[in-house]
Amino acid sequence: MATMPDVRKDGFRLSMLLYDTRYRSITLQVIFLVLFAAAAWWLIHNTVENLKALGKDFSFGFLTVRSGYDINQRLIEYSSDSPHWRAFLVGLLNTLLLAALSCVTATVVGVLAGVLRLSKNWLVARLMTVYVETFRNIPLLIWILLIFAIMTESMPAPNAFRGENPASSMLLFDSIAVTNRGVYVPEPLFTRSLGNLDLGVFLVSWDLLVIIAVLLACVLANRALRKNAETVQNATGVRPVTWWKSLLIFLVPLAALKFALGFHLGLPELKGFNFAGGTHLRNSLIAMWFALTVYTGAFIAETVRAGILAISRGQSEAAAALGLRPGRIMSLVILPQALRVIIPPMISQYLNITKNTSLALAVGYMDIRSTLGGITINQTGRELEGMLLMMLTYLVISLVISMAMNLYNSSVKLKER
Amino acid sequence: MAVTFVRKEMLPQQPPPSSQVGPVRWVRENLLSSPLNIFLTLAAIYVIYVIIDHVGPWLMNSVWNAGSLAECRQILAGESGACFAVINDRWRQLLYGFYPSDMYWRPNLAMVLLLVAVAPVLFDKLPRKMIWFSAVYPFIAFWLLWGGSLWLPLAVIAGFAIGYAVFRGLSPMTNGALAVIAGALAALIWWFVAAAAVSDVLQSVIPLGIAAVPSREFGGFMLSIIIGVTGIALSLPLGIMLALGRKSDMPLIKMICVGFIEFIRGVPLITLLFTASLLLNYFLPPGTNFDIILRVIIMVTLFAAAYMAEVIRGGLAALPRGQYEAADALGLDYWKAQRLIIMPQALKISIPGIVNTFIGLFKDTTLVVFIGLLDPIGLSNAIRADSNWNGIYWELFIFIGACFFIFCFGMSRYSMYLERRLKTDHR
Amino acid sequence: MKKSVFLGTLSLTALVAGFASAATLDDVKARGTLNCGVSTGVNGFSAPDSNGVWQGFDVAICRAVAAAVLGDPMKVNFITTTGQTRFSALASGEIDMLARNTTWTFSRDTDLKFTFAGVNYYDGQGFMVKKELGVSSAKELDGATVCIQTGTTTELNLADYFKSNNMKYEPVPIETNAEAQQQYLAGACDVYTTDASGLAATRATFADAENHIVLPEIISKEPLGPLVRQGDDQWADIARWTLNALIAAEEYGVTSANIEELAKGTENPEINRLLGTEGELGAMIGLDKDWAKRAIKAGGNYGEIFAATIGEATPIGLARGLNAQWTQGGLMYSPPFR
Repeated sequence: MATMPDVRKDGFRLSMLLYDTRYRSITLQVIFLVLFAAAAWWLIHNTVENLKALGKDFSFGFLTVRSGYDINQRLIEYSSDSPHWRAFLVGLLNTLLLAALSCVTATVVGVLAGVLRLSKNWLVARLMTVYVETFRNIPLLIWILLIFAIMTESMPAPNAFRGENPASSMLLFDSIAVTNRGVYVPEPLFTRSLGNLDLGVFLVSWDLLVIIAVLLACVLANRALRKNAETVQNATGVRPVTWWKSLLIFLVPLAALKFALGFHLGLPELKGFNFAGGTHLRNSLIAMWFALTVYTGAFIAETVRAGILAISRGQSEAAAALGLRPGRIMSLVILPQALRVIIPPMISQYLNITKNTSLALAVGYMDIRSTLGGITINQTGRELEGMLLMMLTYLVISLVISMAMNLYNSSVKLKER
Repeated sequence: MAVTFVRKEMLPQQPPPSSQVGPVRWVRENLLSSPLNIFLTLAAIYVIYVIIDHVGPWLMNSVWNAGSLAECRQILAGESGACFAVINDRWRQLLYGFYPSDMYWRPNLAMVLLLVAVAPVLFDKLPRKMIWFSAVYPFIAFWLLWGGSLWLPLAVIAGFAIGYAVFRGLSPMTNGALAVIAGALAALIWWFVAAAAVSDVLQSVIPLGIAAVPSREFGGFMLSIIIGVTGIALSLPLGIMLALGRKSDMPLIKMICVGFIEFIRGVPLITLLFTASLLLNYFLPPGTNFDIILRVIIMVTLFAAAYMAEVIRGGLAALPRGQYEAADALGLDYWKAQRLIIMPQALKISIPGIVNTFIGLFKDTTLVVFIGLLDPIGLSNAIRADSNWNGIYWELFIFIGACFFIFCFGMSRYSMYLERRLKTDHR
Repeated sequence: MKKSVFLGTLSLTALVAGFASAATLDDVKARGTLNCGVSTGVNGFSAPDSNGVWQGFDVAICRAVAAAVLGDPMKVNFITTTGQTRFSALASGEIDMLARNTTWTFSRDTDLKFTFAGVNYYDGQGFMVKKELGVSSAKELDGATVCIQTGTTTELNLADYFKSNNMKYEPVPIETNAEAQQQYLAGACDVYTTDASGLAATRATFADAENHIVLPEIISKEPLGPLVRQGDDQWADIARWTLNALIAAEEYGVTSANIEELAKGTENPEINRLLGTEGELGAMIGLDKDWAKRAIKAGGNYGEIFAATIGEATPIGLARGLNAQWTQGGLMYSPPFR
């Protein structure tokens, strides 16, 4: 502080730490820091003492021990012989899957409901109001339990598909089975599969990578085509016909790929107790997904409605004066402007979805909270380490989401010049 | 030249065509104005039909008086119907938990007084003096719900009096900040050293109190309301501090506040509840052990404080800069400016947000079922573990859901009313 | 700001009341109530009735200990715990004993640092299926969907059993018994697995109990018993010998009906020692001489408790089986009161 321009020459007095505004904030911060450090030390000291008293240590070694329990929905290789960290990873992927699916559908449902709530159709508007109010004012946990129960009770058991005159039958040419254990849909199979890419922690199918690569190439090629058409149009005023070229660009490589990989669909069929083959979307996933979608959708609907109402009437009248149809007015004029109002509260709704996935245990969906925070903690007795790890994971997910959304927000924000 | 017809008198007014009046017009305009609208109307009618068709008969057939599910089934004789007898049998438990039934007047009174206490906050037409009752209310409620000696809450209130007396006594001699610190210290010393002992002594000299009820007996909606209301009430001061800290120009304080807020907002409530139930004992001195409901209230308070801080930060941001500058121009110091100019306005703007936070928190109290507390959902599990009601499902959840709905819907209507009123204020 | 201090005071009073000392017995006596951890609701074992009074087999053990220590079986605080919070609650001193269908295992006894007071119910994990599946043995369950209650030893047993028999299965983890039951009845799983007692209790409440069978295989040993913290031997002794007193009382024919009669003195010195008319057994565990008499009077002897809460006359209808007295071919065997 020696460089500070000091007009008064009567030197430094201790009381200046408190009375002089130049020093006061530093004094306060130092006091605060000391208090904070003392509190932190106190907590850590207590923890160490308590651990000692219990004869426990603080180590994450339990993560490498054999887990011993099975998980039904696993996106990566896992069995009861796998270590606990793998169970944690399986749970983490399940959490992320559920959160991603729910964010997408909740947005769709929310925007639809928000728009319909402003519909001129009296009945529809009232129905949407009822929907929004019922879901907003009853706890999510109750909805999850109710939806899970409704799905269990109202769908047929696999048994109903059995026999000469089954009580239920599969949908869409025997390709989809809707049961109270979940929905079985066809899975993609490859007779000439390229095998898997071993990333050490988990495997990634080469087939998937190749398909993504080919699709990406198609999109890029198509973009080049359109750009070219644009240039031609700008130069000559006539846009060349491109639709059949686009179609070719997409269809030919994909058809070639399908043939090269020997792609076909594996249909689910009733075998033994259950349907075998196909991809099994479990009831717990669907119930959580649906519950999070409709619950958060109700909140998003309110946000969307507020966003739309915030756009002045002049905008829609101007659009109408230009001769746009009502649907076009909504999608071209109102929604893009409303988006700027809608996005910030939307970020917190996405965060809420992610955090609310932790209720999955109520229906037995094996997310991170049920694997690491549930069975693992329970079997190993490592609640301190397990909870810390789990909180940290949620924190990282939340921060990543809010960072990504903030980036998006600043990209659509009204550029003020 | 032919004389053209010239009308001499006005025609009598015709009624508008039938398609342009009354219900027909309303239906045409509101339900059938375009093909899309017709489709939507039909879809909506179908949805309503399906719901009524599925739930209607079941509700109409409800049984309200039976001793067990088996008895219900007997009465229904194979027909589908709801067995609301379980609500008839257990509604007291769902509302009050295990609170002694001859003392139900205490939570009831506390609830009524709660309404009286929040009234001056929510409706600004009431006399300002009532705010004093709001300040004393927490002690009354604590005493009513937990019971025990009246001296304990009185001793706590005495702490405030002592603190204030010290402050008044010192403030002429020294400057304000020191007096505040001394007053706070005096109050803290009183609370942590003397209050419990003094109230015990007074209790033994002049016994004054009502039967104590341990918090173990709390349950059902009473528990949800207690956790929700205490959480919000306690988180308000904490939230104000955090919001101010976040806006502070002292980097260290700002950093800590931001860190705290973002941490709490980044993790699910359920992990905080697990911390309350599994981990809090690690963080406290060995041998300390206190009630799980208190631990839950502490964690819920911290949780709500982070959200409250964001709501209040919004209120602070919405305040025109002129207000801050005017306060500075008047020569008010930071705390005086906050207390007299900024906070009263910022809090007023924030009330809808605070009510919404409360609704969210109140709904989130259902999560305590995961740590074994008997909130309404927890009680529904316990009730279903009784042989009489094993297997009952929908009726309990419908009842619980309906109660939550009434409560939350009422509050959200109130916050909407406030928002509307505040809007007109600022135009 | 006033309210935050209110919280401080709340926790302050709780702190003053809550410092747990080493001797649990002194704590309990000073407090005047026993803090007993039970489950949030298992049919027949612990559940509140419509008056809010806890009833059940595990609850009866708590009441017996409270009667022995405090003289009043109603002086129990029942603290509900989930499968996940129970051990923390006991380790932290929040509860004095845990009577919550807890399986006595090596690691719980040693690594988690608890002491099991004995076994009040010998159980084992079983399977229940619908009759129409035509399954008669658990070995035929390859590929089945299995409902399990999560947070217990059952999911480990299940994984081991199917692995060792080289079968596949689809686990459906469920939080509570009530949910699992609903899933099973709706056919969302083919099999419901939990302790055999739980299966019988669940089956008993079905509208069509005759259409469901419990398979003969019992895939695990599940000795369930009350437990206390390690390191307080006196308290562990009290819990252990209260349980033993109930078991011994049944063996010697001491019931709640004839206990007053027998307490005046009998020809059998063992009964006399048990009921405190001879010797100083109570003093050895820090209680008075009537402790066992009160414990037995609280809910009857082991057999009476069993019959009243989960026995064949109740809707749950469990047979004594392994839980009969050793003299009847069961495993209930109390060491001598001497």
